[in-house]
Amino acid sequence: MRDDAPLLEFDAVNTHYGDLHVLKGVDYTMSSTDIIVLLGGNASGKSTTMKTIMGTVTPTAGEVRYRGDVINRLSTAGRVKRGIAPVLEARRLFPRMTVFENLEMGAYTQKRGAEFEADLERVYELFPRVKERRGQLAGTLSGGEQQMVAIGRALMARPRLICMDEPSMGLSPRFVEVVFGIIQTINRQGVAIFMVEQNANMALQIADRGYVLQTGRVVLAGPAAELAANPAIREAYLGELHVEA
Amino acid sequence: MTGSAIFLQQIVNGVSLGAVYALLALGFTLVYGILELINFAHFSVFMVGAFVALVVLQAFGLQGQSVVLHGAPLVLVLLVALVVTMVASGALGVMIERYTLRPMRNVKGPMAMITTIGVSYILFNLVLLATNAQAINFPDPMPAASYHVGGVVIRLKEILIWIVSAALMVGLNLFVKRTRLGKAMRAVAQDAEAARMMGVDVDHVVMIAFFAGSALAGAAGMIFGLYYNFAQYSIGYTAGLRAFTAAVLGGIGNVPGAMLGGIVIGLIETLGSQYIAARWADVIIFSILIGTLVFRPAGLLGMLAPNRS
Ligand SMILES: Nc1ncnc2c1ncn2[C@@H]1O[C@H](COP(=O)(O)OP(=O)(O)O)[C@@H](O)[C@H]1O
Ligand SMILES: [Mg+2]
Repeated sequence: MRDDAPLLEFDAVNTHYGDLHVLKGVDYTMSSTDIIVLLGGNASGKSTTMKTIMGTVTPTAGEVRYRGDVINRLSTAGRVKRGIAPVLEARRLFPRMTVFENLEMGAYTQKRGAEFEADLERVYELFPRVKERRGQLAGTLSGGEQQMVAIGRALMARPRLICMDEPSMGLSPRFVEVVFGIIQTINRQGVAIFMVEQNANMALQIADRGYVLQTGRVVLAGPAAELAANPAIREAYLGELHVEA
Repeated sequence: MTGSAIFLQQIVNGVSLGAVYALLALGFTLVYGILELINFAHFSVFMVGAFVALVVLQAFGLQGQSVVLHGAPLVLVLLVALVVTMVASGALGVMIERYTLRPMRNVKGPMAMITTIGVSYILFNLVLLATNAQAINFPDPMPAASYHVGGVVIRLKEILIWIVSAALMVGLNLFVKRTRLGKAMRAVAQDAEAARMMGVDVDHVVMIAFFAGSALAGAAGMIFGLYYNFAQYSIGYTAGLRAFTAAVLGGIGNVPGAMLGGIVIGLIETLGSQYIAARWADVIIFSILIGTLVFRPAGLLGMLAPNRS
C-alpha cells in the first residue's frame, strides 16, 4: 500500500463471461476524494466494471489496483474489509430481513462494537427515515426508502470507496435529486464514489470526472464539465430522456 | 379407553412422531432455502445417524432393553450419544456437500438433485451390506416409567423426546435469527449475490447449512431408534419422504413451516392409522404432498425460496 497511489486503478483490464469478451483493455483511475461517473449504453460493460471492482468477476488480463496493491485475486470479503462497499443495481436489499438486519449485513466484515454503533448513528443521522423504519422488513419499503437503506448498508462497511450501480434507477425525479444530494454529502465526509449511471445529466453535475464505455472500451474520458459540454455526449446521453428497457 | 382418551393418546403419539419429522424436515428446508436443491441424501444421513447413535449406546455397554439407567448416568449417556451422533451426521452432510455437490454448484438443471439420490443409494447399500439387511435392536436405557393424565399414557421416553426436539428447534431458530452466521445464512437464502457483495463467504454458509441440517437429521435418527427400538437400512426412506412432505406442506425454505409441517404430518399419521387404517396413512400423507404441490405450492406458511432477479 502506498499513500501517494491512486485509490483505484484499472490498467488494461479485460474480462470474459465464458467466451463473451466484455471489458476490452479498460483503464480507469481515481483519487480518494473523487466522484467518478461511468456512462455507457446497455450491455457496454458498466455492471461488469462494478463486479470487477468488487471481485465477483476476475480479470482475464490486466490489473486492478487499490491503494497501490494489485487486488485481482483478492476475495470480495477482503475488498469489503479493506474499504470497498457496493450499492448494487436495483438495490438488492434482503427483502425478508429488517432494515436493521440489512444494515448489519453491510457491516458483516466489521467487528461489532463502538465503531458499529458510531456507523449506525451516522447512517441514522443521514437518513432519519431509515431509523424510523429500522424494524420493518426491507421488502416492504418504497423504492426510495430502499435506496436509502442500500446506501446506508454500504456506509456500514466503513468504506473509503463506494461503488454504485445506477443509484437513480427506478426512482421518482424528486428522489433522484435527493439521492444525488446524499452522494455529494457522503463524498464530502471523505468517501470516494465510483458510480455507474444512465442519468448522465445529473451525474455529470456532481462528478469530478467521467468515463464513457462503449462495447467494453473507454471511448471518452475527462473532467465532468468537459464531458457535459461535449457534443457527442450531449447527443448520446443528454439529448433525450434515456429509457432503459 | 374412552373415545376421547384414544384421541388424546394419538395426539401424544403424533406429536412425538411429528418431532422426528420436523427435525428431519428442517434439513430439507435449510438446504432448499439456500441452494434450491432437494437433497435426497438427507434420507440416508438420518438413517446413518440412527446407526451412529446405536453404536455409541452399545459402546456404553447397552444392549437392547437389558440395561436401564436412571438419573444423571441416563442423562449423561443420552447426551453424549446425541452430541456424537449430531457431530458425526453433520460431518457426513458437510462431506457430501463438499465432495459431491460443490463441484456441481454451477451446473444447471436437475444434476445436483440426481447426485443426491445417488449418494443416498450408496449410503443405503453400504448400511444394508454392513447389517445384512437386518433390523437391529436399538438400546433402550430409559426406565419404562409413564404418567397417566386423564386416561392418556405419556411415557418418560416421550417427554424426553419432546424436550430434546423442542430444545433443538429453539436452538436452530435462535441461531438463524440472532447469530451473525445465521443472519448470513438468511441473507444468502434471499439473495446470494448480494450477500457475497457484503463479504459473506457463500461456500462457508452452505457448509454450515449442511452441517446444521444433517446434525438435526442425526438427532432425528437417534430419536427414531429410541422411539421404535430398532434401526434398519430402510428407515430413511419412509421417514424421509414423510419429512419431505412436511417441509413442502409447511412451505419449503421456511424454518417455522418445517416444524409445523412435521407436527401436522405426525398427527395425520397417528390419527389416520387410528381412525381409518394404518395402510391408509401413507396414501393420505402423499395425497397431501401432491395436493400441496398442485394447489398451494407455497405451503402453509409460504415458500421462502431465493429471489432470482
Ligand atoms: N453473468 C453473466 N454471464 C454471461 N454474460 C453476462 C453476465 N453478465 C453480463 N453479461 C453480458 O455481458 C455484457 C455486459 O453486461 P453488463 O456489464 O451487465 O452491461 P451494462 O451494465 O453496461 O448494461 C452484456 O452483453 C451481458 O449480456
Ligand atoms: Mg448494468
